[in-house]
Amino acid sequence: MGQILLDGIVKSYGKVVVVKNLDLTVQPGEFLTILGPSGCGKTTTLRMIAGLEEPDQGAIKLNDKVVFSRNNGVVVPPEARHLGLIFQSYALWPHMTVAKNITLALKEQKISKSEIAQRLENALDMVQLTGYAERYPSELSGGQQQRVAVARLIALRPSILLMDEPLSNLDAKLRTEMRASLKRLHRDLGATTVYVTHDQIEALTLSDRIIIMNEGQIMQEGSPYDIYHHPANIFVAEFIGDPGINLFKGTISNGMLDCGAISIPLPTTIANRGGNLIAGIRPEKIKVSETAKNGWQEVTTGILQPTGANTILEVKAEDIPITLLQTGFITLSENTPLWIDFETDALSFFNTQTQENLRNEVS
Amino acid sequence: MIKAPIGSGKPAFWSVQNISYQAYRLKTRPELIIGVLALCFLSFVVLVPLLQIIQDAFTFQSYDLSYEPDGVVGSFTLFHIDRVFNQPISTALFYKPLLNSLKMGFAVTAIALVVGFSLAWLMVRTNVHFKGVFGAMLVFPYMMPSWVMAIAWLSLFKNDRIGGSEGLLTYLTGIQAPDWVAYGIFPIVITLALHYYAYAYLLISGALATVDSELEEAGATSGMGKWKRIRVITMPLLMPAIGSAIVLTFIRILGTFGTPALLGLPVRFFTFSTQIYASINARNQGDAFVLALVLIVLAISFIWINSRIIGVRKSYVTMTGKGFRKSESDLGKMRWPITILVILFLCMTVALPLILLLWESLTLIPGNYSISNLTTYFWNGKGNINLAYGEPGIIHNKGILEALFNSIKLGFAAALFNGVLGLLVGYAVVRGRGARLSKWLEAIAFAPYIFPSIALGAIYIGMFSTNIGPVPALYGTFTILVLITVIKNLPFTSRTGIAAILQIHQSLEEAARVQGIGWFRRMFRIIIPLSMSGLVAGMLLTFITAMRELSLIILLISPGNMVLTGLIFSYQEMDMSQHSSAVTLMLVLLIIVISVIVRLITRSAGVGRLNVT
Repeated sequence: MGQILLDGIVKSYGKVVVVKNLDLTVQPGEFLTILGPSGCGKTTTLRMIAGLEEPDQGAIKLNDKVVFSRNNGVVVPPEARHLGLIFQSYALWPHMTVAKNITLALKEQKISKSEIAQRLENALDMVQLTGYAERYPSELSGGQQQRVAVARLIALRPSILLMDEPLSNLDAKLRTEMRASLKRLHRDLGATTVYVTHDQIEALTLSDRIIIMNEGQIMQEGSPYDIYHHPANIFVAEFIGDPGINLFKGTISNGMLDCGAISIPLPTTIANRGGNLIAGIRPEKIKVSETAKNGWQEVTTGILQPTGANTILEVKAEDIPITLLQTGFITLSENTPLWIDFETDALSFFNTQTQENLRNEVS
Repeated sequence: MIKAPIGSGKPAFWSVQNISYQAYRLKTRPELIIGVLALCFLSFVVLVPLLQIIQDAFTFQSYDLSYEPDGVVGSFTLFHIDRVFNQPISTALFYKPLLNSLKMGFAVTAIALVVGFSLAWLMVRTNVHFKGVFGAMLVFPYMMPSWVMAIAWLSLFKNDRIGGSEGLLTYLTGIQAPDWVAYGIFPIVITLALHYYAYAYLLISGALATVDSELEEAGATSGMGKWKRIRVITMPLLMPAIGSAIVLTFIRILGTFGTPALLGLPVRFFTFSTQIYASINARNQGDAFVLALVLIVLAISFIWINSRIIGVRKSYVTMTGKGFRKSESDLGKMRWPITILVILFLCMTVALPLILLLWESLTLIPGNYSISNLTTYFWNGKGNINLAYGEPGIIHNKGILEALFNSIKLGFAAALFNGVLGLLVGYAVVRGRGARLSKWLEAIAFAPYIFPSIALGAIYIGMFSTNIGPVPALYGTFTILVLITVIKNLPFTSRTGIAAILQIHQSLEEAARVQGIGWFRRMFRIIIPLSMSGLVAGMLLTFITAMRELSLIILLISPGNMVLTGLIFSYQEMDMSQHSSAVTLMLVLLIIVISVIVRLITRSAGVGRLNVT
């Protein structure tokens, strides 16, 4: 139970193809996040799983049952797919109390009254809204409304949960809180979850596995660790990470990547290739010193952004901008000389033409 | 593992797979089913009748035999066209009514627009006194039949020309009002303008209230004078509303029947509408059909020319009743004089007609307005052979009570069907947005707008006088009154329906779908409760329109399906002014009472909570 299978899904609106031949398997109990910029086709994919949109081609299988197949002429409507879906806008019915919002669908299913009352109480308890049953949605705060939407799902006990940017309407602080409770919800229900977001923090913190989409195609698929440390291509490298990854374009010479004012050490396998490359390194993987060290390269400081626990430093090596991330609250005046060194293990290398990570090419 | 051969693309159009796919798809898309059904129904009641009268106008009919005994019934003929456009009779039949209708249309539209605009400006943009009371009173004419003013006019100015009693003026001064004051184009234009200003007022004040005063202030900071700001900024923003007001008023005037009949027929002043009525009564239906077609062409070309001049494609926006105000300019010394002017205007357009109706209904001998002649006979009299052909007073008059019952039934039935149809059309149009079906449906639901009322009535005579397939002949039935009222009001209610569904976010319905709640339950538990406030307002409007409507149904009523407005007209034709005044007063009071009750009920039902979505 709980498996989701997408096979060769194609969807277009008019001439715009929003999903291009998508294959995807979500294992039972897995928390999968589809991450991508707006318009990448992630929400459309989710809505096709839910049955709210129809693919132009391909097939979808939920819980070992084919719910859509263009070729075999099968369309199971959303009513009969037995999924849970949380909308960005929560979609609470404004004319019904919290209790009615949660129990409306249960009454449809001819569940006994005592069972419904039991489930309502249980669901409200789980989202810590006991005592709010008779309120109307307009009398609740944004976070509480969100929790009612979650409680509505809990009461239905679906084996598959779909979430469409459920946290994007909340303020930053509430978001962190709700993130934790969504993760708890997934753990407690044990339901297969597909979570759609454009927020990488949500994706990295919540997921067992992340799929990064762009222009209707999967860019990379992997664990949060993999996605962050081994981006498959320049798109993923730039999309993930805040502050963004540093990319240096240069020519290989003498075992180094010569980027002008900066040169980057290369592992021998890469250095032997010759030609041009793009090297990427995350801001926190560049070491910094206030005194000159042997082999370290000199840069000067620009704008500093202390965020409390960390400080983002924008520095320059002649005209090449580099972003650094250091722990602690750092204050330095502009144009102070600094020395930097790259953690060679943390470097990624990309083909300048294909923009693909060279790791993928070797294998 | 399922395998979908991607390379082969979609299955062929006629393959079993595709047909089964499309069938499943239809099942899961209720808006498609509703859309198709609504489109078929509306085509049948809107397009088919139109084609039918075009065909009838070019077909030799049995009633034409008296003019051309040699004609073959059922064959193609230009006989009707020839008669209307190209015969000695054409002057009386076509050219004069055309000229009269155009004169009337332009004059009324111009006056109504000026009056409506001035009032809107005063109410929204100045500090005139008593805005609350005025605002409520100014839309009052909207709740009255357009010809109430005409009946009141006759009470005032009726002269000895057509015999019978004379009006208040003659009673008080002994002077006979000249014919041009009592009858013809002058009183028709005045009385119609004093009714139809309400439409222009509602549309323009609504638009004026939404013109952001910041825009004008921006103009002021860039150094524009007051008049330049109005000319360069405010007026262009008001143009769509003004355009709508012009189109709405003009088309309604073209199709209006009551006033030109009451004030025009005694001096043989014919307009298109009264000529169509006369032709139908004279059993020259072919003439009536041609005239109705010309009327429709006229209306369409007017919309076209208007939109060309104003340069706004959708210059026929429907009415909204918004009224909030901002950046009022100080009238200064003129504040009280202008307030008094508005009070006088309201007395003249609202209070005076109603007082005259009441007085008229209480006079025993018509034309004698003294206190000693007052009686309640026409309200509660049991019938006296010496008075008014022995007709009993309202509360004992079976005919009146039946018509009253019919009117209320018509009002409620039309409101109910309009509400349901408006909701379904709105649902199909909004949920199907982007598809061709949705566009067609929206267009056809709006089509009745271009049919002047009397022309639509003529079309329905042509269509429903015999049975069409399984649909029985509807002429003379109550059903046809409901049908035509529903269709005529559809442009407005479908707009209301579309607006109501648009404001319900799609996810509210999708959330229910995903939770396994079927379509009917979604409609009854979610869509209908959430769109209720808009729908009720639209239904109330239909109710009011249905109760006061005459032009639309005058050709379709008969003793079997008599309603109050028809009865008033026939009393007036028989010069039974006390009866017509009493029944009119009753009708107006009824409309006011019921709309107040509906407003109170919807307000107390806590609709306010629903606005938070």
